[in-house]
Amino acid sequence: MARARTSIGRTIAAHAILITWTVIALFPVFVTVVNSFKSRRAIFADPLALPWPQHFDLVGYTTVLKQGDFFGYFQNSMIVTVASLFFVLLFGAMAAFALSEYRFKGNLLMGLYLALGIMIPIRLGTVAILQIMVAGGLVNTLTALILVYTAQGLPLAVFILSEFMKTVSDDLKNAGRIDGLSEYAIFFTLVLPLVRPAMATVAVFTMIPIWNDLWFPLILAPAEEVKTITLGSQVFIGQFVTNWNAVLAALSLAILPVLVLYLIFSRQLIRGITAGAVK
Amino acid sequence: MAARKPVRWHIAVFLAPAVLVYTAIMIIPLIGTLNLSLFNKGPDGVQFVGLANFATLFGDPRWSASFWNALGNNAWFFLIHMLVQNPIGIALAAILSTPKLRMAAFYRTAIFIPTILSFVIVGFVWKLILSPIWGIAPGLLDLVGLKSLFAPWLGREEYALTTLALISVWQFVGIPMMLIYAALLSIPDEVLEAAEMDGITGASQFWKIKLPLILPSIGIISILTFVGNFNAFDLIYVAQGALAGPDFSTDILGTFLYRTFFGFQLQLGDPYMGSAIAGAMFGIILLGVCIYLFGIQTRLRRYQF
Amino acid sequence: MNKTYLTALLTSTLLAGPALAQTTLTIESWRNDDLTIWQDTIIPAFNAQHPEISVVFAPSAPAEYNAALNSKLAAGSAGDLITCRPFDASLELFNQGHLADLTDLAGMANFSDVAKSAWQTDDGAATFCVPMASVIHGFIYNADAFAELGIEVPATEAEFFAALDKIKADGTYIPMAMGTNDQWEAATMGYNNIGPNYWKGEEGRRALIAGEQKLTDPQWVAPFEQLAKWKDYLGDGFEAQTYPDSQNLFTLGRAAIYPAGSWEISGFNAQADFKMGAFPPPVAAEGDTCYISDHTDIAIGLNAKSPNAEAARVFLDWVASPEFATLYANALPGFFSLNSTPVEMQDPLAQEFVSWRGKCEPTIRSTYQILSRGTPNLENETWNASANVIRGSETPADAAKRLQDGLASWYEPQK
Repeated sequence: MARARTSIGRTIAAHAILITWTVIALFPVFVTVVNSFKSRRAIFADPLALPWPQHFDLVGYTTVLKQGDFFGYFQNSMIVTVASLFFVLLFGAMAAFALSEYRFKGNLLMGLYLALGIMIPIRLGTVAILQIMVAGGLVNTLTALILVYTAQGLPLAVFILSEFMKTVSDDLKNAGRIDGLSEYAIFFTLVLPLVRPAMATVAVFTMIPIWNDLWFPLILAPAEEVKTITLGSQVFIGQFVTNWNAVLAALSLAILPVLVLYLIFSRQLIRGITAGAVK
Repeated sequence: MAARKPVRWHIAVFLAPAVLVYTAIMIIPLIGTLNLSLFNKGPDGVQFVGLANFATLFGDPRWSASFWNALGNNAWFFLIHMLVQNPIGIALAAILSTPKLRMAAFYRTAIFIPTILSFVIVGFVWKLILSPIWGIAPGLLDLVGLKSLFAPWLGREEYALTTLALISVWQFVGIPMMLIYAALLSIPDEVLEAAEMDGITGASQFWKIKLPLILPSIGIISILTFVGNFNAFDLIYVAQGALAGPDFSTDILGTFLYRTFFGFQLQLGDPYMGSAIAGAMFGIILLGVCIYLFGIQTRLRRYQF
Repeated sequence: MNKTYLTALLTSTLLAGPALAQTTLTIESWRNDDLTIWQDTIIPAFNAQHPEISVVFAPSAPAEYNAALNSKLAAGSAGDLITCRPFDASLELFNQGHLADLTDLAGMANFSDVAKSAWQTDDGAATFCVPMASVIHGFIYNADAFAELGIEVPATEAEFFAALDKIKADGTYIPMAMGTNDQWEAATMGYNNIGPNYWKGEEGRRALIAGEQKLTDPQWVAPFEQLAKWKDYLGDGFEAQTYPDSQNLFTLGRAAIYPAGSWEISGFNAQADFKMGAFPPPVAAEGDTCYISDHTDIAIGLNAKSPNAEAARVFLDWVASPEFATLYANALPGFFSLNSTPVEMQDPLAQEFVSWRGKCEPTIRSTYQILSRGTPNLENETWNASANVIRGSETPADAAKRLQDGLASWYEPQK
């Protein structure tokens, strides 16, 4: 009896804490979304008011849809994010496997080399990167963005994944070797499925800065056909007058796809953990 | 051992794609930029000046005052993340990983949402909430009778940086939560069952069994927080502008670097001094990462499951 | 192969051919605000005369403009036409060979030397951008509120503070809408707005550049002393008040006076539902000569590496024409034409601002020409100092001394 009671008490306490933080986390998001449905005047007159009936105003959304091809921008953001994620995860996992699995000369140095990238903001290399893209005829292509984001995401991916790969059982891999599996087969069929949770985590971390990045789209691909959603929404940020309802509307819309991607990956994360054959 | 192939090509194959893309797009451009820190404009054009830029950065009272101010602010920014963000993240993950917790997926998603917001939204919405004029925060404090506690936090030198650090904590707490959550879930049930057999449950189970097992993850989080904080820039830029007001009290290394490197308003960009600052930042971060890699990581015990 | 790349390739091959085919010019700008005006008004008007040249206005957010533009120019991927910031930012681009010399452009004859001064080499030998507009500083007030409280439009300092006291005593309105969070408001709408009356406009500005006056001289400290008095008339929590906060405080009718630049006119017209008026910065004593900041703010130049230079020059000549001046000044009331031909403006508030040109001596912002060339940067330091002085965390004398020391540390004539 006593035990059941404490466990109920503990459950209530757990929910209380989680609900509190959820409210803290969501309140500003709520403020953002609510205000995206109001006129600029109403945003500042009463930011907490719900957007109806007298405040309700779709002007933010209509402005967004009028100015530029926002569905095209979505598509560009999607292509860039998904393609970059794919390459970061694939190349990152391969390199992390090499670093965590094999002992070879320069292993530690190579690990450090690949980690250098998280220590200097890649933005500082802008001019040289742009020169490479100009030389390669890649300015105003999505390829340029994918290349940069792949390079930018790799250091963190290698760093986290190699840490996780060290926890994969050696016995399992050695058993695979005894069965005559090649190193590639061991990596793709034995190790990769086991580090799926870590892959999902890395995917989430990698995806957010890519989706929200403003700088490289502005520099490498500012043309109308290849604009990303984040760059597209900046058009409402002015020198003297900022169209806050349009910015909020555009960025609220822009959250949705990342949220969906996040849900996919986080479900993958949980499934990966619970369905793992070997624990 | 001798039976092993002398050249293990597969290592090269595993490493090649990452190393190639990373070197070409990231390392070579960045080396080119850092190289600029050894040059500066002289009477006859750009010339090699050796370490003179660093001498200016640390020796000239104006430059060094800005640098140490930014470094100090950055250290405080990092400290708040370590003391607030990471414990909250770990606590949330520990609660979330309680078996059979209802709505866990909902909480997990909700708490992570701030992390996926763009800085433009975060800066705008928090300024709106904390604004002394439009009054969401003053109104809320009034509801609980604490209106007297309200101050224009973002505008006061003594509070602004802490306020921004807490906003950043709010935004990024999802990251340690996710990492620790993944680590906690991957602890095998057998280990926990064995602990329960020994009568170790609840809080003591967390401290005695789970915490040691997730120490490597906490290590990763700490170093990621360190690197992230010492590269931070966007939030302060969006909320306080490139001059990091009031009176540079929110200036961190990232804002100092961008202001110098790319210029601001009438101030022209100075890639030479900017690169010197980037070099100094790189040194600081490299030092931190090396302490972690060689001092801490190797001592952490890892368990293979 | 990418479509854009192909198009670019095709365009360049076609251009090399004898026939002048359709040319596309891209304009780099920080004026996101003006996007629809360019798309709906200006470009169609240009195309009515030159259908063979299409123009794309491609602005980026102002905070990123300089950095993005410089990177693109350095790597060679910038647009054909470059919107020019005044003074050193553009001068530096010209010196680096990124902006073409436009001295011989026919349309340049339409501008006075003063209008061109912000986009010339120090000796005035070369001009590299076509001037587009200037902005004038002053104060915009809520005329309904003034009528309600029985306040006359102030002309002198004493009247100004008497008006502020009266508004404060009444309590219905916040006397003045300004915050220090963004810092530039304090410097631009504060210091450089009221300052010219004390340092006597051009006379003081040129003396400072020549090293004959110092920032610690009384006429340069006086504006800070005025700003220090403003604190009591600002809204609660002005330390955290941002620029949009100030704008909204005023346009929502909660503040009576707004230290302004004329650029606010079109936005305020759209948002305020009360009658507005404007007055120039008050003078110290009745009958004193008044000085106003009539600041050369925006121009447009030619990317020296543009493959479409010929078409771009056609466009720039048109920008220099009275037709463009009329279009632009009326589409954007508050951005006043720099063209020598007088421009007819419809907006009453804009007319009020521009009428001061007749009775006051115009000058430009004191920190812009030459003095912000070194480190520490005088303009940025002035932002910081003005905000500090208003917040009361630095005295006017200390702030002036700090600015003077900073300037003297690199600027020869002040050493």
